[in-house]
Amino acid sequence: MEIEVIKTIMIGITIVVGSIFPSKAIGKIGLQALESIGRNPEAESGIRTTMILAIAFAEAVAIYALVVSLIIKFV
Amino acid sequence: MEDKPHISLKPEKVFEIFGFPVTNSLLAVLIVFLVFLILNINHFLESKKDPKKRNNLYYIFNYILKSLYQFFYSVLGEETIKYFPVLASFFLFILMQNWFGLLPGVGSILIKAISHHEEQHMVPLLRGGTADLNTTLALGILSVAISNITSIQAIGFKNYVARFYRIKDPISFFIGTLEIVSEFSKMISFSFRLFGNIFAGEVLLGVIAFLLPVLASFPFLILELFVGFIQALVFTMLTCVFISLGIKHH
Repeated sequence: MEIEVIKTIMIGITIVVGSIFPSKAIGKIGLQALESIGRNPEAESGIRTTMILAIAFAEAVAIYALVVSLIIKFV
Repeated sequence: MEDKPHISLKPEKVFEIFGFPVTNSLLAVLIVFLVFLILNINHFLESKKDPKKRNNLYYIFNYILKSLYQFFYSVLGEETIKYFPVLASFFLFILMQNWFGLLPGVGSILIKAISHHEEQHMVPLLRGGTADLNTTLALGILSVAISNITSIQAIGFKNYVARFYRIKDPISFFIGTLEIVSEFSKMISFSFRLFGNIFAGEVLLGVIAFLLPVLASFPFLILELFVGFIQALVFTMLTCVFISLGIKHH
């Protein structure tokens, strides 16, 4: 196959595969955070801060995949 | 409309000053920096005046700063006042840089530029500052450096080194080495998170405007406003958490 065909296919595969696990992880983080707020409503602000932090870390990995696919496309 | 939308990962040079290339994102960073400086100087001067003569911008700014202070207070506690200038500056600077790329005219006003291959092509005059990996890398390195330096300041050099160089048993040694590696990975992760979000937003807006020029970009603009705010918040929050981890006395 020519290099252009492989490039195009890999652009798609990179971002698709790279988004599966971060989105699952973010869902799980949100679920656990909601459960723990339900169990302990007083600690809501602390839990919310930790949840946002954890979601930012998980989302960063999806952004890495996006940046790699953008690099393949435009460089 | 035969052309593709103009998307480039690297920032493009627009002119030179004494041999130093000025790119379009550097221009945007300088403009936002000037605006930020003027806002802060204005706030400072107003705070010295009589309370009856201050203008409303002072109170709006005060409200923003107070909300930020309460936000950091939940993480840092009593030490917030020492680190608040750095954190609030990070937040407001990154927020304004992120939102600058959404203004009309940024990215769409094209000028002729001559690359060093002596060919002319059209490049955007301005481009969002944080859509350039140089800016975000500098911010990331600055953030990691600040969290390490405040750690040295707060708990002393010996305790700081003891975090990385633990020789009690092999597992602790391995964890100490991992801490060093994690400092570098923080730099990379900070820069790529901010860059990826803002650059992907730019690309998204460009492509949507290219496909459907009338009104379709509107929900994506709102999304980009939101994303810009969240990314500034996440950057500052992570810096705040790393500072708080560094100044803990064992």
